Amino acid sequence: MAISRMIGATVRRKEDPRLITGASSYVDDIRRVDLLYLEFVRSPYAHARIGTIDFSRAADLEGVIDVITHDDIKDAVAPIPAGSLDDDTLKADRHPLAHGKVRLVGEAVAAVIADDRYIARDAAQLVDVEYEPLKAAVDVEKAMEADAPMVWEEHGTNIAYRYHVGSEDIDDALQKADRVFSYRYVNQRLIPNPMETRGVVVDPQPDGGFTMWTSTQIPHIVKNRIAEGLSIPENQVRIIAPEVGGGFGCKLNVYAEEYATAFAALRLGRPVKWIEDRTESFIATTHGRGQVNYIEVGVQADGQIVALKTKIIADLGAYHQLFTPAIPTLSATMMVGPYAIPSAYTEIFGVFTNKTPTDAYRGAGRPEATYFLERAMDQVANDMGIDPVEFRRRNFIRPEQFPYETPTETTYDSGDYEPALDRALELIDYQGFLKEQGTSRAEGRYLGVGFSSWVEICGFGPSKDMGMAMWESGTVRVEQSGKVTVLTGASPHGQGQETTFAQLVADDLGVPFDDIVVLHGDTALINYGVGTFGSRAAVVGGTALRMSTDKIKEKAKLIASHMLEASPDDLVYENGAVSVRGAPTRSVPFDDIAAEAHEFQVVPGDSGIEPGLEATSLFNPANWTFPFGTHAVTVEVDSETGEIELLKYVAVDDCGRVLSPMLVDGQRHGGIAQGIGQALFEGAVYDDSGQLLSGSLMDYTVPVASQLLSFVLDRTETPSPENLLGVKGIGEAGTIAATPAVVNAVVNALTPFGITDIEMPMTPQRVWKAIRAADDGGRL
Amino acid sequence: MIPAKFEYLAPESVEEVIKFLQDRGDNAQILSGGHSLIPLMKLRLAEAETLIDIRRLAGLDGIDESNGIIKLGARVTHSEIEHSDLIRDRLPLLAQTASVIGDPQVRNRGTVGGNLAHADPASDLPAAVIALKAQIELVGPDGSRTVAADEFFVDLLTTALEPNEVLTSISFPVPAAGSGWSYRKLAHPASHYAVVGVAVVLSVEDGRCVSASIGITGLGSKAARALGVESALLRGELSDEAIGSAAALAPDGFDPLEDIQASAEYRIEMARVYTRRAIVEAVTRAG
Amino acid sequence: MKVSISLNVNGVQKIADVEPRMLLVHLLRDQFGLTGTHIGCDTSQCGACTVMIDGRTAKSCTVLAVQAEGSDIATIEGLAKDGELDRVQEEFWNEHGLQCGFCTPGMIMAVKELLDRNPNPSEQEIRHGVDGNICRCTGYHNIVKAVQAAAGAGI
Repeated sequence: MAISRMIGATVRRKEDPRLITGASSYVDDIRRVDLLYLEFVRSPYAHARIGTIDFSRAADLEGVIDVITHDDIKDAVAPIPAGSLDDDTLKADRHPLAHGKVRLVGEAVAAVIADDRYIARDAAQLVDVEYEPLKAAVDVEKAMEADAPMVWEEHGTNIAYRYHVGSEDIDDALQKADRVFSYRYVNQRLIPNPMETRGVVVDPQPDGGFTMWTSTQIPHIVKNRIAEGLSIPENQVRIIAPEVGGGFGCKLNVYAEEYATAFAALRLGRPVKWIEDRTESFIATTHGRGQVNYIEVGVQADGQIVALKTKIIADLGAYHQLFTPAIPTLSATMMVGPYAIPSAYTEIFGVFTNKTPTDAYRGAGRPEATYFLERAMDQVANDMGIDPVEFRRRNFIRPEQFPYETPTETTYDSGDYEPALDRALELIDYQGFLKEQGTSRAEGRYLGVGFSSWVEICGFGPSKDMGMAMWESGTVRVEQSGKVTVLTGASPHGQGQETTFAQLVADDLGVPFDDIVVLHGDTALINYGVGTFGSRAAVVGGTALRMSTDKIKEKAKLIASHMLEASPDDLVYENGAVSVRGAPTRSVPFDDIAAEAHEFQVVPGDSGIEPGLEATSLFNPANWTFPFGTHAVTVEVDSETGEIELLKYVAVDDCGRVLSPMLVDGQRHGGIAQGIGQALFEGAVYDDSGQLLSGSLMDYTVPVASQLLSFVLDRTETPSPENLLGVKGIGEAGTIAATPAVVNAVVNALTPFGITDIEMPMTPQRVWKAIRAADDGGRL
Repeated sequence: MIPAKFEYLAPESVEEVIKFLQDRGDNAQILSGGHSLIPLMKLRLAEAETLIDIRRLAGLDGIDESNGIIKLGARVTHSEIEHSDLIRDRLPLLAQTASVIGDPQVRNRGTVGGNLAHADPASDLPAAVIALKAQIELVGPDGSRTVAADEFFVDLLTTALEPNEVLTSISFPVPAAGSGWSYRKLAHPASHYAVVGVAVVLSVEDGRCVSASIGITGLGSKAARALGVESALLRGELSDEAIGSAAALAPDGFDPLEDIQASAEYRIEMARVYTRRAIVEAVTRAG
Repeated sequence: MKVSISLNVNGVQKIADVEPRMLLVHLLRDQFGLTGTHIGCDTSQCGACTVMIDGRTAKSCTVLAVQAEGSDIATIEGLAKDGELDRVQEEFWNEHGLQCGFCTPGMIMAVKELLDRNPNPSEQEIRHGVDGNICRCTGYHNIVKAVQAAAGAGI
C-alpha cells in the first residue's frame, strides 16, 4: 500500500481557479451562433381550465420567431414519465405544455421564441390565454377530504397513494407500553433556491439529434428520458451539465422545460436558450418537504421506547416528478432514527394539491423523519421528566447491535452513537449551560439548549431496492506521459469531486495530485453515469474509482513484468512504481509503465496483454450507508419580540472515512445553514386560491451571513463495511440534524411559559404569539 | 426579468426635468438611484413610458452645513450618509439609519431623494427624516417650496410631490448639543425593510424630557410622527414606567399594515416595544 | 430607440448601442462577453451580479446600462493582475470559501469593498458587509474565514 498522503489531507480545490476568476461556464454563459431565446407563458391560476390561446399579438411582434402550445408539441413529445411507487400509484401525467387544465400557478401553457431575450419577454406578455378558474386544493389535509376540489377529476380522490411499512402488530405494542404520547408536527414546504436557477440550451445537430446544456445533477438520466420522450435514439442525444450553480435536489429531475426547449430547437433548426428567472424558479422548480406527521410513542416507565407509530401526510403537489411519490418513503424508512425501537410502523398518504410538485430537497425524507422523531424525543423526555440527553442515550442502538435491522426493513451498516453525543455535550458545555440558563431565567432572559441525534440512509444505492439504476461509474485513464484522467458519472454541482476524486486516485496510484484531471458532466465523454444526490458521490462514485485503480495497478504489474523480466506474482505496486518484491532497486516508475502501455515496445505481441492503461468500473452497492451524529445548539429568545438569537452551534458527525476534511466540513456548514433556514426562516406560504405569497427573495428568506453564526465542528470516524473506502456520505447531514436541534433549543428556552411546540419557521411573530398564548398560564 | 420598453431622457437642468414632466404627464417617472423603481419595472409591476434620469443635474450631490442646517442634495446616497464624518458627528441618527438600509450595494446606489419620493411604507429613512424635523425642497413650474418631513408622506407610496415637481434637497436642523437619539428596527428577514422602525431624538434636562421627536415607519401605510408618545414623554419623568406608558401610545393614529411576516396585532405590539427600547437608548445617549 | 454610451470596463474603453431598458448586467454578459458576473434573482437580493461602478459595489441587475454611461466598471474578470490572483480571490481558494461558485464573483467584489472601507473588520462587521450577497452552499462559515484571512494578510 502506498503511504496515504492525499486522502484525509486538506487541499485547495481544483475547481476554484476558474470559479474565483469568473472564467467558468454555467448554462447562461453558453453562447451559440444564431441563438434564439425561449420564454414560457405561465398560468396565473392554481387550477383552471384552459380556453383559447390567442398568440396573434405576440406573433406579430418584430423578432418573434415562433409560439408553441400543447397542440404543436403533443404529437412529437410524450407526456413526461412520472415517478410512481407501484402500479397502484395514481397517474399524474405532465405534458411539457399544459393540456386542457392547469394544476398549479406557474404551469407552462405556451412558449415564445424570439431573437432576443428582451423581445421574448415582451412577447410572452402578449399571449392571451383564456382561463376558467376552478377551486384549488391547497391545504394538504383538507385536500384529503372527499369534497375537496379534485386536482385530477378522473381519479375522484386527491390521495395518490397509500403506503405502509413496519410492524403489523404496532397497535398491540403501543397498548402494552406503560405510557403513550401523541404529537402532531408540520414539516413545511421549502423552496430550494440554488443560486443558479435552472436553464437549458439546445443545439440541434445535422443528424437529427441535439446537444443540450442543462443545469442538472443527473445528465445521464436526462439523456435517457429526453431521448425517449422525443423519440430520438439516445446515441444522438448529448447532454452536458456544465458548471452547475447548486442543486440541493431540485436539479435531480427531468423537467418540462427541457422537453419544450429541445422540441423548439428541433422544430426551428436553430439553437434555443431558456433561462429560468428567480420568480419562475419559485413556482416552476420542485419544492421540498411538505409533510404533516402524526406520531404516537409508546414508552416504558424506565424510559425505554417500545413502539412508534406514525402517519405521514405528504403534500405531493399537482404532478409526480422523478421522485415525488418516493421521497416520503424515505421518512418511513428512517423513522426509528438512532434508537433501538422494537416496534415501528408508518402509513403514508401521498396527496395531490394544486401546488408545485415536491421532490428531493437536501436530505429528502430523512430531515422530516429526524424532525418528528427528535422533536418527539424532547417532548416525551419533558413529559416524563427525564433529561432529553439521557433519554436519547438510554434508547440508542448499541455498537454491538450492528449491523442493525430496523422494524422498517432496513439494515444499518455500522455505528457508535454515544461518542458523538458525548463530544457534543462537551463542546456545548451542557452542564455549564444549564447553570447559566437557570441564572438568566431569574433575570428574565430565556436561554435554551437543543439536541438532535441523527442517522440517515444515503450512498444511493442498491439499484434493485431503489427501483432504478443507482450504481455509479468511474474511469481511470492513464495518459502516455503518466498523467491521469479520471472520468466520473457522479456529475457534481458544487461538491468538489474534481478534488476529492483526485485525492483518492493520487493515493491509490501514487501519482501527484497535480497530475490528475477529473472530468464529468458530459454524456459524450462519460459512458455511464447516474449523478450526484443522496450523499452518494464518494460512496458509490468513489468506490467505482477505487475498483478502477485496483485494475490499473494489476495491469501496470503485467506490463512491468515484461519491463523487469519478472513474474507478475513477484511484483508489488507501491508509491507510484512497480518493483520486484524484496528487491526495491529493480523497479519501474509509473510514468515509464504508462509510456510502455501506449508504445508497446517491450511487451511482446503474444503476451495477451492489450495496449493502453485504462479501466472503467461500475459499482452497484449491496446496501446503503448510514452516517450519524449529534448536533447541539444554544439560543436566546427575546420574550417581548419573539426574536431568536443563535448563541452557539455544535455538530459532531460521523461520515465514515474522510477523504477530504475541508470539503466534508464545507458540506456540513452549508447543510446546517439550510437546516437553520427551515427552523427559523424558510417556508412556502400560499393563500387559499393557491397563489404563492412567498414567491421572491424579498418574501422568502434564504439566510444571509448576519443571520447565521460560525459553527463548531468535530467528527468521529466509524467506517462503513459496505464499500472499499469505508465512506458513508456527508452532503445531507446538516439539513437532517440542524432543524430539530434549533427547534428543540427554542422550545427549551420557552419551557417557563409552558410552551411545548412552535410551528416552523419560527418567525418572531410565531414565537411571540406562542408566548402570548401561554403567558397567562405556566409562567414561572 | 426585464423591464418593458420606455423612453429615456437625461436632462441637464431642473428646468428641463420639469418641462419633460409637464410634457409627459403621468406616464413619466423620475429615475434617481433606481433601487425602488427598477426592480418593480423588471417585475413589470410598474411601467413607465418615460424615465427622466436626473444623473446629469448639477447641484444634487453635496452634503453641506451652514447656519446650523445640514443640506443633502437629492442624489446623495445612503452610503455617503452612512460614511460621512459630518453626518456621523452632527446627525448620528441619520447616519445610523442609513447604515441599516438594505445592504451595502443597495446603499451605494439608493439615494435619499429617490427613497423619500418613493415613500415605501417600510423604508427606514422616513422615520429618521421625520424625527429630525427635516425640510424637503421641491421644485416645480412655479419655483421651489419646502415641505416639513411629517407632512411630506401622504399615504402608501404617495407624497406631497405634485406631478410636475422634483425633489431636490433635504435640509436638517442640527439637534441641540447633548440630544439623545436612536433608530431601532425589527427588520424583515428577507427584504431587510422595517417591519417596524422607530427613530427618536430627544433632550433631557434634570432627568426630565424637554423635547422629543419620534418617527415611526413600517407600522402603517406611511411613516409618521408618534405625537402621542412625544407629548406623553414631555409630561413626566423618565422612569421605566413613564417611558413604557408613553411607548404604549406608539400605535395611536396608525392604521397598521398586515402581511405574511407580521399581522396588525404583532406590528402594533412591536411598535410599542421598539419605541420603548429606542427611547431608552436615546435617553442613555442624552447628556 | 437605441442610445450610444461609452464606459470603461476593467480598464478598457467600450462603446455600445443599447436600448435604454438594457440592464447593465446584460450589457456586460451578453454584449461584452463578461459572463463572470451572474444573475441570481429579480429583486436585488442575491448580489450575484455585483460589480464595481466607480469604485463602489452595485447590483448590476438593478442598474440600467445608460445609468453607467461614463463610469468605470470593474468586474471579477479584471481582478487578477498579470496572472496574479487578488488576495481576496486567493483566500477564498485557501479557505474553501466557495462551493458551486455561482455567488462567488459577486461575493468577492462585495468583500473587496468591505475591506476597502474597513481593513480590520470584526466577524459581525464581515457578516453585515456581505449581507447583500446570498450564498446557499457555504453557510458563510468559510467566507467569513476567507475575509479574515484576507484582512490578516493586509490588503
